[in-house]
Amino acid sequence: MQQSNAYVITFSVILTVILGLLLSGTSEVLRPIQKKAEELDTKKQILGAVMQPSEIRNMKDEEIEAFYDSRIASKVVNIEGEEVEEDKDGTPVNAETVDVGKNYKRAPEDRLYPVFIYHEDGNEEEVIAYILPVYGNGLWDNIWGYLALQTDLSTIEGVTFSHAGETPGLGARITSSDVQSRFTGKTIYDEGGSLQSVSMQKGEGRDYSDDPHKVDGLSGATITAEGVNKMIRSYMSHYEAYLNRKKDEKEIALN
Amino acid sequence: MSTETAEKKEEIKKDAEALLSKRRKKLISDPLVDDNPITIQVLGICSALAVTTQMQPTLVMALSVIFVMVMANLTISLLRDKIPTRVRIIVQLAVIATLVTLVNEVLKAFAFDMYKELSVFVGLIITNCIVMGRLEAFALGNKPYDSVLDGFGSALGYSWIILAVAFFRELWGSGSLFGVPIFDAVSGIFGEDFQLATNGLMVTPVGAFIILGLIIWVQRTKTGYVEH
Repeated sequence: MQQSNAYVITFSVILTVILGLLLSGTSEVLRPIQKKAEELDTKKQILGAVMQPSEIRNMKDEEIEAFYDSRIASKVVNIEGEEVEEDKDGTPVNAETVDVGKNYKRAPEDRLYPVFIYHEDGNEEEVIAYILPVYGNGLWDNIWGYLALQTDLSTIEGVTFSHAGETPGLGARITSSDVQSRFTGKTIYDEGGSLQSVSMQKGEGRDYSDDPHKVDGLSGATITAEGVNKMIRSYMSHYEAYLNRKKDEKEIALN
Repeated sequence: MSTETAEKKEEIKKDAEALLSKRRKKLISDPLVDDNPITIQVLGICSALAVTTQMQPTLVMALSVIFVMVMANLTISLLRDKIPTRVRIIVQLAVIATLVTLVNEVLKAFAFDMYKELSVFVGLIITNCIVMGRLEAFALGNKPYDSVLDGFGSALGYSWIILAVAFFRELWGSGSLFGVPIFDAVSGIFGEDFQLATNGLMVTPVGAFIILGLIIWVQRTKTGYVEH
């Protein structure tokens, strides 16, 4: 059957319009639900740095929201460690909506750095841990995560990592709690107070429990592990000014 | 699947010729074994390798493919007299892409964890040769109801294979099924000394090739199918 050009064009136009309307309609209807799901996912990741994954899995969505609201305070700082209220255009910033991935593309001095403060229920002064987002490159694509520091601002309380496209079973293992728990208890500063960060070593299965800056590596995923190291080191240096401020505040409070 | 066959039998009693005649039943049953899209036609291999490390994402993928294939076959079959021959491939692609995007959007809204894990692969349903193959070979020349059955059968043939592959890959690779640690439970029964080791090979795509190869081998030995 041979149709005229006019028929082909009319058919294509009508089809495009119908499908287009269908898609934009669905997207419009679902957007608020998707946004909520995305926010909840971010909250889960943030809480993942200070809670066991099984605990989070057993919580209902509303419970996570409520827990997050009562236990997490947030602010945004710049590279100097100063609190930022609004971005360059003058729009107010909110730590939950700062896109760390987008900021990663800017120069470190121009980025916004969110800080999430895990505190006792209802009392923001009683800090349990500072949760800092980190972002970097793995082997194939971006990796990111949250790193929780105890109130000494050096000891790691916990970490959580995610990735966009690391190899399943190799680099993708950074998302497993078994790998993430290896970071717990390590310190990013040495006794003299200079930044050492923590780094995953080459090879796997060795015991680094007596070295506070070394973490057992990922066999077969050295590049991903190095990406994790670089990511943590660079972000800890970007947050250093803020961390130092916090340390000074604490010393003044003690004296 | 057993409940489905039971339902079908009931329907046959009520309305044998119209709803599920022998010919129509063959539309569903043929792609399951004798003309399976993966093991016989060797289509849709890429997604079969990629998503099958765990049962749960595989199940979501299977359901998505069933939805997309049934709806795409229905749409194309309804439009089959209207679609201009010269642009039919693009029309098919547009319909498939729309359906796949819908699935992706729904997953993003209601199953965000699955969306994160699967979004790339759900998008790849568009290029899954099975879907377009059925549109081109069947839906363009058959009535809507037959096309729906055909799409359902082919998608089911795809689904049970990827679920079978995922079953062995998750069991042997991660020692669990649907995330439930089976190997640990087994060790629990026999005591601490009895440990089942997981095989890292199963987690990589190589594992899927091996399992798939074994399934094809067993199947062809049984059916006596030989490639010509």
